Amino acid sequence: MKLKDVLSPLRVWERAAKKPMTIKDPINERPGAANYRGFHKNDFSKCIGCGTCEEICQNDAIDLVPVEGQETVEGDSGLRPMIDYGRCCWCALCVDVCPTGALTMSNDYTWIADNPEDYRFVPGADKTKWQESEKGYTRSPDIQIIDYDRVDMQELKPEERDKSFIEIVKGYNKEQAMKEAERCLECGLCIATCPAHMDIPGYIAAIRDDDLDNALRILYETNPMPEICGRICTHKCETACALHNNGDPLAIRWLKRYIVDQVPADKYSEILGTDHLEDEVLNRKVAIIGAGPAGLSAAYYLAIMGYKTKVYEALPGPGGMARYGIPEYRLPYDQIDKDIDYIRSLGVEIQFNTRVGTDITLEELHSSYDAVFAGTGLHLGRSTRVPGSDNKRVYFATDLLREVTLGNEIDVAKNIVVIGGGNVAMDITRTLARLQNQKYGKVQILTTCLETEDIMPADVEEIVEAREEKAVIDPGWGPKEIEIRDGEVYGLHVVKCLSVFDENGRFSPKFDEEQKKFFKADMVVESIGQGMDLSYLSENIKSNLKFTPRGRIEVDDNFQSSLQWLFVGGDIIQGPDVIHGIANGYIAAKGIDTYLNRK
Amino acid sequence: MSNLSESKYRGFKADRSKYPEMENGKPVIDLESHRYTKLWQGPQHPGVTGNMAVELIVNGDEIVSAKTHVGYLHRAFEKLMERRRYIQCFPLVCRICVPEPDTNEYCVSAAMEDLAGITVPERALWLRTLNLEMSRIGSYLMWLGGQAGSLGMGAVGQWTIGMRDFWLDLFEEMTGGRVYHMYMIPGGVRKTLPDGFRDRARGLIVRTRKLLYDVENTFLSNAIIKSRLQGLGVITTEMVDEFGIVGPIARATGRECDIRINNPYVKYGELDVKMLTSTVGDAYARAELRYRDLHQSLDLVTEILNRIPEDGPIQADMPNLLNWKIPAGQTYVKAESTRGEHGFYMVSDGSGKPRRVFARGASYTHAISLLEELAVNISISDLAGLMVSLHTCPPEIER
Repeated sequence: MKLKDVLSPLRVWERAAKKPMTIKDPINERPGAANYRGFHKNDFSKCIGCGTCEEICQNDAIDLVPVEGQETVEGDSGLRPMIDYGRCCWCALCVDVCPTGALTMSNDYTWIADNPEDYRFVPGADKTKWQESEKGYTRSPDIQIIDYDRVDMQELKPEERDKSFIEIVKGYNKEQAMKEAERCLECGLCIATCPAHMDIPGYIAAIRDDDLDNALRILYETNPMPEICGRICTHKCETACALHNNGDPLAIRWLKRYIVDQVPADKYSEILGTDHLEDEVLNRKVAIIGAGPAGLSAAYYLAIMGYKTKVYEALPGPGGMARYGIPEYRLPYDQIDKDIDYIRSLGVEIQFNTRVGTDITLEELHSSYDAVFAGTGLHLGRSTRVPGSDNKRVYFATDLLREVTLGNEIDVAKNIVVIGGGNVAMDITRTLARLQNQKYGKVQILTTCLETEDIMPADVEEIVEAREEKAVIDPGWGPKEIEIRDGEVYGLHVVKCLSVFDENGRFSPKFDEEQKKFFKADMVVESIGQGMDLSYLSENIKSNLKFTPRGRIEVDDNFQSSLQWLFVGGDIIQGPDVIHGIANGYIAAKGIDTYLNRK
Repeated sequence: MSNLSESKYRGFKADRSKYPEMENGKPVIDLESHRYTKLWQGPQHPGVTGNMAVELIVNGDEIVSAKTHVGYLHRAFEKLMERRRYIQCFPLVCRICVPEPDTNEYCVSAAMEDLAGITVPERALWLRTLNLEMSRIGSYLMWLGGQAGSLGMGAVGQWTIGMRDFWLDLFEEMTGGRVYHMYMIPGGVRKTLPDGFRDRARGLIVRTRKLLYDVENTFLSNAIIKSRLQGLGVITTEMVDEFGIVGPIARATGRECDIRINNPYVKYGELDVKMLTSTVGDAYARAELRYRDLHQSLDLVTEILNRIPEDGPIQADMPNLLNWKIPAGQTYVKAESTRGEHGFYMVSDGSGKPRRVFARGASYTHAISLLEELAVNISISDLAGLMVSLHTCPPEIER
């Protein structure tokens, strides 16, 4: 035993004179670090109720619950996370994963409540003392729990595409599709937003599992035209996608296209189990007017249910607006045929070049069929009705697009002006630009519309690609007059458009007549909307039908009109777009089935 | 029942001429004879280091036989992980060892990265190294307090646990959590260092060294402590392989085993980590070695603080971790914890959840089989000191 070892421990007494290490005032709260993972906060102005926090919580501490004052709207489930502090482990993965950054944590860490139930609360809705606290744990921009960057889609370069109608978008390969499919959060906001309520997370999960057969089955549950939708759907699902709040939305449309592009047409009936459909045919017949998405969707689901269906189509080919309104570079005809040939293989008969109303009357259909579904679409153009718009060189976009599909030659002018700011205007602009390029070797086309560029209804990529193809887009002008010299179009006079909608959101454009512009042209195309042709309805039927104040046929939730045997759907009821048509056809088919079973 | 007086590992021998009687090399302990008493130390007892129990048979205050019992703390983390996505395992594993959770975080993230073929960015590796080394300091400070406290010297325990709290303050700033840091997310780390962190850490290192000087004088250089720890729980070099002893306990017998040096991970390969060894192999040698290792950790933190890059990513480019699938494979990832080799064996089957995870904590051997051997022939009052000397951590035994 050393003497040092005996004496040295006595140094402990030095401490008696020193300031203790404990904090001076242990009763008062010491604030948590600026980065502390304390109690949860939720910013309702950002939260979309996607439930990703609930999904990642490994303790099942989070439940999404309805909250007073929060409505379900597109892209917001209206639900909000309720957190159970009996289960929470404060790992903050819910904060890191939150795609909107709404869910955060304060640096508060003491909370005393009398009732244990209080510790299960909805941050943001239940009043807490830390809701306004500034410090605390937030999502770091340096790390990524979910992938916000979309897999780039390969497209033809402008110089490769500006003379031809070859499809621009090349589609994903397997590796790209799997990588993109991995990004899905499975929140289901897309399902709620999709008019057809497709099980989008379901088929995306099937892509991840590389089970395309199952993916195809999921697609056909609600959508018998996936090739068409996979290319030109207005993809409201992507607008609602939770990832859209902090990055690129999931490429849902391209993933759908990937599934159907990969599965060969001859495998469809085997995969979808329709190879013995003819064994179960019912003795009930349904007539369908119009071989567009709505009519064919109804026909498909009726055929699956065993009904004999016959489609009457005025034009020589199937597809309706999908074929005659959308240019081939966006939606190739063979892809339309792939979808429709499969529907026809189920026994759906299509009679072409038969216009109901002239070649066969609606009454005749009524007498020979148990029910009729009309999905006749919006094939009529609308005119600006400005002076000069009645000239022979002033066209409607829908008419020209139809002529192009029919293969008829169009007398393309050297200098064209298009009026309109929607996707149809972009379609006709880019179609005519290609024709000009083929004919003259250069593009001289200008598109103008009332809306300024930020509120143009056309998709941004359409505007960008149109410009890449050398079309000029000059938005924000209202057409005033089409100048005619010697019976020929000379150009379009426009004035500055100040606003398009009034404060109630109604269409009521205001102009500044002082700011003028003149676009020289020898051909003008109007693309300011489409109208419906209901001339197939005889006076007798019309007088028995109910119409909405805006002139549309009134239908119930099953798209059944006031004449019980007549179901109506598609662009003439909702939309206009393909997916509404498909959704309407699906619901109408079920409605027809219910109606005929009850009859 | 362990092999009593015949054991070749005995540090100091008790008189076994009268009891217990030996039969075929095994002791015959007849509780009815009133010579022996059965005594449970734990599972609720201030002298055990967590929820485990030692079933003792004592004669007077001398332990004749010891049997360890675990099973009070089983939380089935390994099984739970089989039901969770990889990312959801990340907040779970820190709970495997409370005083030093970061080794678990590192191992499980590194195992996932290894299986998925992910390269962690430089800056994140440095931050991980800092985190691991800080956690070593926290764990050693807690152990130091425990070792002193288990021998009845509560003052040192108060000092070191108090100082550990200041280290937890640093963890709080850095990671957002004091005890469970949940910092090493798969692919990197979650946060960068906050402003002024380095200066505060350097200041704390100075204060810690000052405290350690006091601890050295009062605890290590203490005649009573020495008399109780020297010769207690002697471990020989031969026992190291026989029992699978690792870490500071093995180093205290002269065995050069430190994963930071032998199999460098994160940034240890670029740091000057010295192999600290001792030859005596008793509880005092272990205490003194851990004390030196604690000083080395303070040196390492100082160096790491100077070397962490200011810029650069802190996480590799990761896919959506909610749908993260790891290709089929298996891996074993190990790291040096304050108790020795801490390893995770992970099997993936190509799905989004691990097929099997096995966590291997050093206490599994140290506190179950080794303790049973070493506890025999010592005084009951020294058992707590022996358990702490083996740095027993029941939560990592049971997971």
